Amino acid sequence: MLNLFVNLGEKFLSFIYFLGEQLVLCLRMLGWMFVSPLEWRRTLVQSKRCGWDSLPIISVISLFIGLILALQTAYLMQRLGSEMYIASIVALSIVRELGPVITALVIAGRVGAAIAAEIGTMKVTEQIDALETLAYSPIKYLVVPRFLALMLMLPLLTLYADGIGILGGYAICVYKLGITPGMYLSITFDALLFKDVFTGLVKSVFFGMIIAVSSCYQGLKVYGGAEGVGRATTKAVVNSFILIIVADCFFAAMFYFLFP
Amino acid sequence: MIQIDNIYKSFNGHQVLNGISLNIEKGKTTVIIGRSGCGKSVLLKHVMGILKPDGGKILFDGQDIGKFDEEMLHSLRLKMSMVFQSAALFDSLNVGDNVGFALIEHQRLQKDEIARRVRESLAMVGLSGIERLMPSELSGGMKKRVALARAICIKPDIIIYDEPTTGVDPITADIINELIKELHDRLKVTSIAVTHDMKSAYKIADWIAMLYQGKIIAYGYPDDIRNTDNPVVHQFINGLSTGPITEGE
Repeated sequence: MLNLFVNLGEKFLSFIYFLGEQLVLCLRMLGWMFVSPLEWRRTLVQSKRCGWDSLPIISVISLFIGLILALQTAYLMQRLGSEMYIASIVALSIVRELGPVITALVIAGRVGAAIAAEIGTMKVTEQIDALETLAYSPIKYLVVPRFLALMLMLPLLTLYADGIGILGGYAICVYKLGITPGMYLSITFDALLFKDVFTGLVKSVFFGMIIAVSSCYQGLKVYGGAEGVGRATTKAVVNSFILIIVADCFFAAMFYFLFP
Repeated sequence: MIQIDNIYKSFNGHQVLNGISLNIEKGKTTVIIGRSGCGKSVLLKHVMGILKPDGGKILFDGQDIGKFDEEMLHSLRLKMSMVFQSAALFDSLNVGDNVGFALIEHQRLQKDEIARRVRESLAMVGLSGIERLMPSELSGGMKKRVALARAICIKPDIIIYDEPTTGVDPITADIINELIKELHDRLKVTSIAVTHDMKSAYKIADWIAMLYQGKIIAYGYPDDIRNTDNPVVHQFINGLSTGPITEGE
């Protein structure tokens, strides 16, 4: 019994330590962000990698989410004779919840894993040490551009995912359920308020920060060669997933009370 | 020039450096020898200010680098260059950008001037015209020489070599040794090298120090080390499988 408490205590302390280290990385990164020269060129390169290069996968997943959501909603709404509401349910679900969260999870898997693997490989091949010996901060060179890129690109990708998801719903409603295109779009835009889009985008900015800090942190902590890189990549994705879902729950509660 | 004064360092309870003291003389090449994993690279990282000691201090021109803030450490690092065991070239940059990295990032030089300095540095290591190649297109020996070019490009006062001949064939190893000697003579830099390759140590060293169990147990001219009475040093430099080092293993 005593061992159980000791183990629980150790796990709790290591969790606090883990959060503390991520916070320290975040603060150091913020400190370096405004040190001249600004990292705009590297930020653009990273933005292309995590934004533009992610468009195909975001398109496919968002389209299918829109299609599935419309079909599942149709199952219930047809029984109630309220097919008209499918458009508004699809639009609200995607813009408020599924768009930001699914986009963040996809980017955590695609970009977060790549960041952890790239920085981790640099760590085990001494490239991070080489940066330091060349009088350049690894935080400024590696973390700042990735953080800025993810923070800026995730809201844009979310907006794009929202549009494609609604297009998926449109395809089902117009071509399968016989709702006219004009009617679908009119119901969609009537249902959506500015705050729905805004809260989704605010969340996505924070999700971007979570993915960047978690992935860079795991990459910089790598030890033990290829096995260590694999471990860090897995941890980066798993931690990002958990933190995104926890943060989403927190934002859902906060927005519910702030913008009822 | 550099005074290492009673340095202690441990990782996860394992004592790696156990009270090391060593003077690095200006303009000379000091080679630190010792078995793999004995803490040679850790010692170098302390000299570069990448690691901080648990105890003791490192003085650079009389100043304790343990008390340097980030900005002072950056200025210090611009006076030093390090050639890593694995070369540690940035694989996302081509050879030219690797060699000119510090010039591009720290010195407000014209592009032409940077290109000229990169060309010069690559020529000094015998690799002219490979600026556009990526590190993945180079052999192990070429990577080491590019790393050497990167180190000399900023015209440092001190060059630190971490196992410069490890992982390359004997001929390339000798070419690298010759290069280190030539650069030392031409640029008049202070050099610190760690190695367990005794052929390399004898060839490039003005002074040799042996690191064993976290301490410097021998220090002297190459000939002093070659003719040592110390059984530990004798076993190491002659590469003997039996002796005090391997007793109890």
